[in-house]
Amino acid sequence: MTGASLPAVEAPRLTAHDRLDWTIGAVLLVLLAALPWSGADAYITGLAMKAMILAIAAISLDLLIGQAGLVSLGHAAFIALGAYVTGIALEEGLYDATAILALVIVISALFALITGAISLRTSGVYFIMITLAFGQMLFFATASLSQYGGDDGLTLWSTSELFGTSLLQDEISLFLIILATLALTWIALARLSKSRFGRVLNAARQAPVRVETLGFEVFRYRLAAYTIAGMIAGIAGFLLAHQAEFVSPAAGAWQRSGDLIMMVLIGGIGTRSGALLGAIVFVALEEGLSLVLHEWRLIFGPLLVLLVLFARGGLMAALSRLAGARD
Amino acid sequence: MSTTLLLIQLLNGLQLGVLLFLVAAGLTLVFGVMGFINLAHGVQYMVGAYLALAFTGLTGSFLAGLALGLLTALLLGLALEFLIFRHLYDRDHLDQVLATFGIILFLNEAARVIWGPTPLTLDLPLWLSGTIPLTDGLLYPVYRLVLIGVGLAVAAVLYLVVNHTRTGMLIRAGATNPDMVSALGTDIHRLFMVVFGFGAMLAGLAGALAAPIFSVEPNMGDDLLITAFVVIIIGGIGSIRGAFIAALLVGLVDTLGRSLVTDGLRLFLDASAANQIGPAIASMLVYVLMAGVLFFRPTGLFPAKGMA
Repeated sequence: MTGASLPAVEAPRLTAHDRLDWTIGAVLLVLLAALPWSGADAYITGLAMKAMILAIAAISLDLLIGQAGLVSLGHAAFIALGAYVTGIALEEGLYDATAILALVIVISALFALITGAISLRTSGVYFIMITLAFGQMLFFATASLSQYGGDDGLTLWSTSELFGTSLLQDEISLFLIILATLALTWIALARLSKSRFGRVLNAARQAPVRVETLGFEVFRYRLAAYTIAGMIAGIAGFLLAHQAEFVSPAAGAWQRSGDLIMMVLIGGIGTRSGALLGAIVFVALEEGLSLVLHEWRLIFGPLLVLLVLFARGGLMAALSRLAGARD
Repeated sequence: MSTTLLLIQLLNGLQLGVLLFLVAAGLTLVFGVMGFINLAHGVQYMVGAYLALAFTGLTGSFLAGLALGLLTALLLGLALEFLIFRHLYDRDHLDQVLATFGIILFLNEAARVIWGPTPLTLDLPLWLSGTIPLTDGLLYPVYRLVLIGVGLAVAAVLYLVVNHTRTGMLIRAGATNPDMVSALGTDIHRLFMVVFGFGAMLAGLAGALAAPIFSVEPNMGDDLLITAFVVIIIGGIGSIRGAFIAALLVGLVDTLGRSLVTDGLRLFLDASAANQIGPAIASMLVYVLMAGVLFFRPTGLFPAKGMA
């Protein structure tokens, strides 16, 4: 982090907003941790794992949308990339989970660096569309991998070994590994948003020209954020491949990227707990409504419209109003 | 590839381009003038196709079905504007994306409930279902030529309206600086409503015209919407001229790519590998084109807003 040095400032205090963020996050994570021991069946824990994996990706997307002000409509591509690297590695006989994870991180970072460097030349709606373009390119590229299932996707017959154990195969231990990754992501990005790096990103979202004038190269900060978010989403893809034991191009379809944006918005942008809450609510609504009515989208669609018209700022803002009313 | 085949591909590309233009024209105006991201624009295309189908069945006449379908598409567009969209104009882009996505989910599902999930087809009347020989041995369906003709005619009318009428002048001014237009005493909300209804009708027209060629199904608007966005991004947001050129470009690149890429790959790879990779690369071409254009011109070919 070069550039001008800021005068030393004390670490920013926790605002009421942050306290709510940490409280909700802690409550949700504890509730999730209790799930395998609550007698929930495999269907529910499976759904919870799916929600947690999506939450990891949604929290990383919030680093872009909430902190950096960069709306990416290609974020699911990184999930698909992580899943495909995992699937192809397993297919080719690489079973060491740490080696696969390292590969996933390096390849996602490279993809993010290259596409990010090009995409960040644009801004606003053009940025949305160019990230969509790269997502679509990856989508069609994965669909063309005929030796790895092509359009139909690839079923993973073998799973990786973590330090010689089959921890990633067992449902409970996989659940805990996903939960731990989620908690780590949550904490890491919460700390990042309070760091100097995070404050520069936030400032550049509000007034890019001023930040540039202060001597910060905004482009570099944004590219770093884009790369970090891409790596985290890649890790989510690695976990998804293990949880679903199946990878397919559909994981990277643009509608999936849209779903991720929706999770961030439903929860409320700019908070880790918002993205986490959004992912859980999204998965719960999708499953819950489809139990009630086969045509669940007839309810879900209008719900989204009502949410936008009457609940500005998402669920976190609503919770914050509730908490504020009680104080 | 023979010249005959190439000519057919060119005409097919032109036809896709014309359809894309009809959808993109409304999208780029709504976006350029109101700064409103309307993801539900693709649904208008789907609705137009279903309405044309339903009214043709009801009246027994293709032309009457088309006319009634267009009118209903216009009314639906105006109703959506009145009920939902006008409350979102000064909201964040993300709010608009979320709300219009909700509308897509609802209308796609509603179409599935009303007309069923199976793709439907609209039969052409006899006088439109023939073919005519373009050259020796090249028969081309009359309807596809009519479609290209109608599309080009609409483009010409749109050009006249936007460049040579008072409303068009206001629309162009609105795309450049809506606040100033409002400050100079124009009822910007009425202008918005006109542009919106008009855009919805054009998308409906595209859907209705496409109904006899493509199968009519609930999600038909989704992929077209994304391609239409690619078109308005390449063309530059708010520019009708840009949308027209980009639509033809995208239509031709996509159509020609699908047949040429696989053939081209056969020169380097064995046939089965080329058949596998070719279609994927062809599907990517449009996005590669967009990324390339944005790399050199980050605001598209003919940006209307702010800068020259």
